[in-house]
Amino acid sequence: MNIVVLVKQVPDSGAERNLTSDDNTVDRGSANNVINEMDEYAIEEALKIKEAHGGEVTILTMGPDRATESIRKALSMGPDAAVHVVDDALAGSCAVATSKVLAAALGTLNADLILCGAESTDGRVQVLPHMLAERLGVAALTGARKLTVDGASLTAERQTEEGYEVVSAATPAVVSVWDTINEPRYPSFKGIMAAKKKPVRTLSLADLGVSADEVGFAGATSAVVEHSKRPPRSAGTKITDEGTAGTQLVEYLVTEKFV
Amino acid sequence: MAEVLVVVEATQAFGVKKVTLELLTLARRIGSPSAVVLGGPGAAAELAGKLAEYGAEKIYAAESEEIDGHLVAPKATVLANLVREVQPAAVLLASTQEGKEIAGRLAVKLDNGLLTDVVDLDADGTATQVAFAGSTIVKSKVTRGLPLVTLRPNSVTPEPAPATPGTVALEVAATEADKLAKVVERVAEQKGSRPELTEASIVVSGGRGIGNADNFKLVEEIADLLGGAVGASRAAVDSGYYPHQFQVGQTGKTVSPQLYVALGISGAIQHRAGMQTSKTIVAVNKDAEAPIFELADFGVVGDLFKVLPQAAEEIRKRK
Ligand SMILES: Cc1cc2nc3c(=O)[nH]c(=O)nc-3n(C[C@H](O)[C@H](O)[C@H](O)COP(=O)(O)OP(=O)(O)OC[C@H]3O[C@@H](n4cnc5c(N)ncnc54)[C@H](O)[C@@H]3O)c2cc1C
Ligand SMILES: Cc1cc2nc3c(=O)[nH]c(=O)nc-3n(C[C@H](O)[C@H](O)[C@H](O)COP(=O)(O)OP(=O)(O)OC[C@H]3O[C@@H](n4cnc5c(N)ncnc54)[C@H](O)[C@@H]3O)c2cc1C
Repeated sequence: MNIVVLVKQVPDSGAERNLTSDDNTVDRGSANNVINEMDEYAIEEALKIKEAHGGEVTILTMGPDRATESIRKALSMGPDAAVHVVDDALAGSCAVATSKVLAAALGTLNADLILCGAESTDGRVQVLPHMLAERLGVAALTGARKLTVDGASLTAERQTEEGYEVVSAATPAVVSVWDTINEPRYPSFKGIMAAKKKPVRTLSLADLGVSADEVGFAGATSAVVEHSKRPPRSAGTKITDEGTAGTQLVEYLVTEKFV
Repeated sequence: MAEVLVVVEATQAFGVKKVTLELLTLARRIGSPSAVVLGGPGAAAELAGKLAEYGAEKIYAAESEEIDGHLVAPKATVLANLVREVQPAAVLLASTQEGKEIAGRLAVKLDNGLLTDVVDLDADGTATQVAFAGSTIVKSKVTRGLPLVTLRPNSVTPEPAPATPGTVALEVAATEADKLAKVVERVAEQKGSRPELTEASIVVSGGRGIGNADNFKLVEEIADLLGGAVGASRAAVDSGYYPHQFQVGQTGKTVSPQLYVALGISGAIQHRAGMQTSKTIVAVNKDAEAPIFELADFGVVGDLFKVLPQAAEEIRKRK
């Protein structure tokens, strides 16, 4: 099975993140950039499928030059190769444009299965999987917490608000995964060394036949008008329990009309 | 007045979701709300009363087994046809997984911008979004096409505005590609009377400090006494104390209730990402230095197992 895993580089969610004041995009310069957490689960799932059924796993990333760090990190977990879509004109791309570029790249990769995270930790837009499926005319099974592959047939279990659903489709398909699906492996030393030699192919917009005015700031379908830091919440009353804190807590809730 | 399409979400247990009522309220700022019900046969009739009460001037009903039996693709096709036909002033959906997915497909079909996780929308289409764990406020606009927006639950107070809508049946013409992802089985799990986590006006969450699955009864007890939903931190979920669908935070649900009660939760940045915009925050933690106290309007430094039973007893007395 030919599997492509989408991997996005994002600023570390454990540290402070900002938008820049000059072009309203994520300030990636000052941030510690990491693989979008959910994408590690997608990589792990791809490797497990490869181990069971054979095939090849390719990482696909759209992002600036420095996204190479995340690509190598992803490869060190075990995938075979990577494709990096990189082009200055991509800066500031909205989700609609991002999906156009990734779909064009996927068009050249002939994947049976496209695995990705259920959402990114920076944009959290949660729309890429369905946008890609729409563009490629293939099925999308999203938010999988369990995935079973049987020949060309895919069955996934997904959490819903009322319980869960079992959904199915045939390959080719896009499947997005939630962090409950598996436990991503740590790269081994051997894996890290091997990753340095794995092929990483770069593609420009011209290579994909996408014109620069369809993406980035030029082609954005939405625009940030302004942004500001939310004033930090200020701490209120803090009491230490000396035997009556439970009662005091309820008194507070009564004053605030919650009881 | 131009129509504003509001895509309806409903559950078996509770009917029309609160967020849909918020959307109808918001839609009135921009134009005349038309509710769009996308479901199985008979879906619209059950929801019509509530939709009328909250101001739907018209109800579009797309009802078919094809919608019920597949993931969101057929819904997006129906909506795209409707948008082309009525040229609405805006399309509003809930910022739930389903709402975002429909919006994403619609954006591609119409080559239209979309804005997700919106918490407010002006009549001119300017949206307010919160980003990065609630730390950044962004004002944005769709610059290609009509405002296509998903609203985060608990952003607007639903206001009744009784109307007498007629129902217009829509043809469901799903394409072959729309029918590729099939629903094999739906299993309802979450029984009981607690409100849905993202919609609840009170959320009581437990963390690793709760200690084990059995002790989560204490959290449930407080939640039930307050009429709230139960949430959990990732550490509590990972330790098997509570099911994953109740996780609050960056990789779980985002909640924005009137009251958030954090019990035995340290307040890591990824947890805050899911609850930082709550109106009032109350915390109980035995560690006076726990970061959750930086956000708490009322904080108790103390042992949960002493504080909670006493609090429960006191609420019962007051009721
Ligand atoms: C704070 C913030 C808010 C934003 N709001 C909006 C908005 O309202 N509307 C809008 O159109 N755009 C928005 N964007 C831009 C949007 O995040 C980017 O266009 C993004 O690349 C696509 O959305 P996502 O990463 O949120 O995708 P999601 O749909 O959340 O990501 C799902 C998966 O898709 C894959 N993926 C996503 N991007 C890439 C990539 N570049 N390369 C490889 N794989 C990828 C990953 O596997 C990921 O796990 C926002 C960005 C930020 C930082
Ligand atoms: C990429 C990423 C995504 C993440 N996503 C999420 C997410 O979605 N949601 C989330 O919650 N976390 C998330 N996390 C994890 C997060 O960083 C924290 O590890 C987690 O929130 C900690 O949970 P906790 O507060 O319950 O546990 P801890 O940090 O262990 O805190 C337990 C607290 O309980 C207190 N306590 C213990 N016993 C008692 C007692 N008897 N009485 C009173 N207090 C007591 C302790 O003082 C302590 O403060 C994510 C992390 C990463 C890296």
